Amino acid sequence: MQPTILVLAGGISHERDVSLKSGRRVADALTDAGAAVDIREPDSELFGHLLATRPDVVWSTLHGSVGEDGSLQDLLRLARIPFVGSDADGARLAWNKPAAKIVLKRQGVQTPDSITLPKSTFRELNAEAVLALVATEMSFPLIVKPAKSGSAQGVSKVENAQSFAKAMVDAFVYCDQVMIEKFVEGTELAVSIVDLGFGPRALPAVEVEPNSGAFGYQERYVPGETNYYVPARLRPADLERAAELALLAHNALRLRHLSRIDIIVDSEGTPWFLEANVTPGMTETSLFPQAVIADGESLSDAYLSIALAALRS
Amino acid sequence: MSETRTGSVTNFDAWKHAYAARAANLSVSEVRALFSVVSRPEVVSLAGGMPDVSALDGDLIEKAFRSLMSNRRNYALQYGGGQGDLRLREQIQEIMALDGVHGSVEDLMITTGSQHALELLADLFLDQGDVVLVEAPSYVGAVGIFRHKEAHIEHVFTDGDGISPEALAEAADRLIEQGRKVKLLYLVPNFANPSGVTLTAERRAQVLQVCRERGILIIEDNPYGLLYFDQKPPEALRAMDAEGVVYLGSFSKILSPGLRVGYVLAPPAIREKLVLANESAILSPATFAQMMVSEYLSLSDWQGQIDTYRKLYATKRDAALEALAQYLPRVETTRPQGGFFLWLTLPEGLNSKEMLPLAVNELVAYTPGTAFYGDGRGANNIRVCFSHPTAENVKVGIKRLSNVVNLQLDLLDTFGAKD
Repeated sequence: MQPTILVLAGGISHERDVSLKSGRRVADALTDAGAAVDIREPDSELFGHLLATRPDVVWSTLHGSVGEDGSLQDLLRLARIPFVGSDADGARLAWNKPAAKIVLKRQGVQTPDSITLPKSTFRELNAEAVLALVATEMSFPLIVKPAKSGSAQGVSKVENAQSFAKAMVDAFVYCDQVMIEKFVEGTELAVSIVDLGFGPRALPAVEVEPNSGAFGYQERYVPGETNYYVPARLRPADLERAAELALLAHNALRLRHLSRIDIIVDSEGTPWFLEANVTPGMTETSLFPQAVIADGESLSDAYLSIALAALRS
Repeated sequence: MSETRTGSVTNFDAWKHAYAARAANLSVSEVRALFSVVSRPEVVSLAGGMPDVSALDGDLIEKAFRSLMSNRRNYALQYGGGQGDLRLREQIQEIMALDGVHGSVEDLMITTGSQHALELLADLFLDQGDVVLVEAPSYVGAVGIFRHKEAHIEHVFTDGDGISPEALAEAADRLIEQGRKVKLLYLVPNFANPSGVTLTAERRAQVLQVCRERGILIIEDNPYGLLYFDQKPPEALRAMDAEGVVYLGSFSKILSPGLRVGYVLAPPAIREKLVLANESAILSPATFAQMMVSEYLSLSDWQGQIDTYRKLYATKRDAALEALAQYLPRVETTRPQGGFFLWLTLPEGLNSKEMLPLAVNELVAYTPGTAFYGDGRGANNIRVCFSHPTAENVKVGIKRLSNVVNLQLDLLDTFGAKD
């Protein structure tokens, strides 16, 4: 008997469109695998529906706070409905990029130096002075990004003081806290992790080479805008270190079932942790499905295995 | 998705090398992705230019459908002629007459919405680099078509009385002197999309004169002309010049955009080519949709329905202006006498596109002004469409919009990052 799976997609977030695409891809793959799949939006009737129908597993592809900040996970736990992905604590840690970096740093993992500041700090302490201090002490280039967001929305690479303030405004429209991070030159990798209950396993790393030089929203979701190399064009030893880092991050943040760890490998071969994603994109151009296929499995089989692992746990 | 890429490189578009150069003008954007929240019921959308079809009496549509199935079923479900149904074209003559436009059924052609007519005309007239003169701002769907045809889009100064004939003559002469082929003037003269302004009668005559003297064909797009609030707009340009104007009309705003039925009235030589182009593109416009419109016009008090729409949209326009005065007193707005749209000018330094993510948080959607320009202008403008939400929700939406504006002003003040 195949499981009944409810895929959640959409929601009200800046990444709604990505979520809808991801949800449909996951639902298609699970249907191909023989599961009985329903797909729906989160709304005021969601929990009534869940409690009435009690699907075997919920697979959320919701991006943004509603799907990734741990609240949905907590509610599913209270409703005693098995779900794919990290529990509330893991999701909360990963969603909060600065917090995730602290955890990893304490594990001895390299992660670019950063500072996270709320909007109020700039208002109270004079934005110009704060930005000048940051620029002097951290030096350009810097990456400015919302502390809690995804899909590279609101992310800018700042090369000089002239574009710093604008980058801050662009990030603050997505989130009230903004992280300013040292830019690390290197090869950009995504290492996907799958854990079917027998310990996490790193899938082949996917290297991204965007045509524009920056892996922004367009580069992520418009076919033809980025070259993806699977496996990445790195020395085996460097790839091994990146995979070790990804596994360490998955474990340290106590993530479950699946995750995607974003990494930069510098010219010395050192991997730097950037962020962890508990609800990785599953669109036609997304990194997680590329890794699954590179690992030699079909998406249908892999996704069904993940859903069954969630059912077991 | 191919499943054989292990050890390989992919960009997910195996045909990237094969696209026509003009395909580069077709790309999705982050802004488009943000618009996806519009479908959520919690979001008040002031974005899409949609009619309030809830005000359309459903019984009238059902009556038209039943009549069609009883009397003309086999015809409605069959291919039709490339020029469109004759009976519907006769009925359209009656509608156009309300705007002072008279033309032969022989020179009328039915299209899949007037957007399709515009696409056919652009295809017929525009080579790469040819000039299309348009209002400032201009309809986003027209800008998109002209851009895709790789035309040069020249926005001409437009104020509360519509496009300026003097500026039009200056722009045309300047571009002609540069050796450019100035082919078309595209206008929405009544309650324009997006500005809501109406071209005055005096300027209509002057615009015709300017174009006549320079051999520029006018495309007069008139989807909103019958949706006036108090006073009819001046006579159509086509009413004054049958040779120099191609006239576009639509049932999308006075009946239903879901039917996708529009029409074009053109001088015979142009109409001849349009029919061939229409047949080449789609064989024939959808017969079923045409018949539905035709039955509706035959069986219903369609002018009474338009009166209903007029009153409804006037109420919504009033609600929008009232809310703007209350919540956004620093924002300038046009005050349209018909149609669907207000054009807002935000305080200096604000960029309506950049603050869209805040609008998602505040559960309101609008269209940034840059969408209505082919040259990057419009950053501090917003198009507000008041036609679709209820009057109450129009007010709610504008209140939320004021939160967005204030949050962005606060950010810009904090960072001194005004453009």
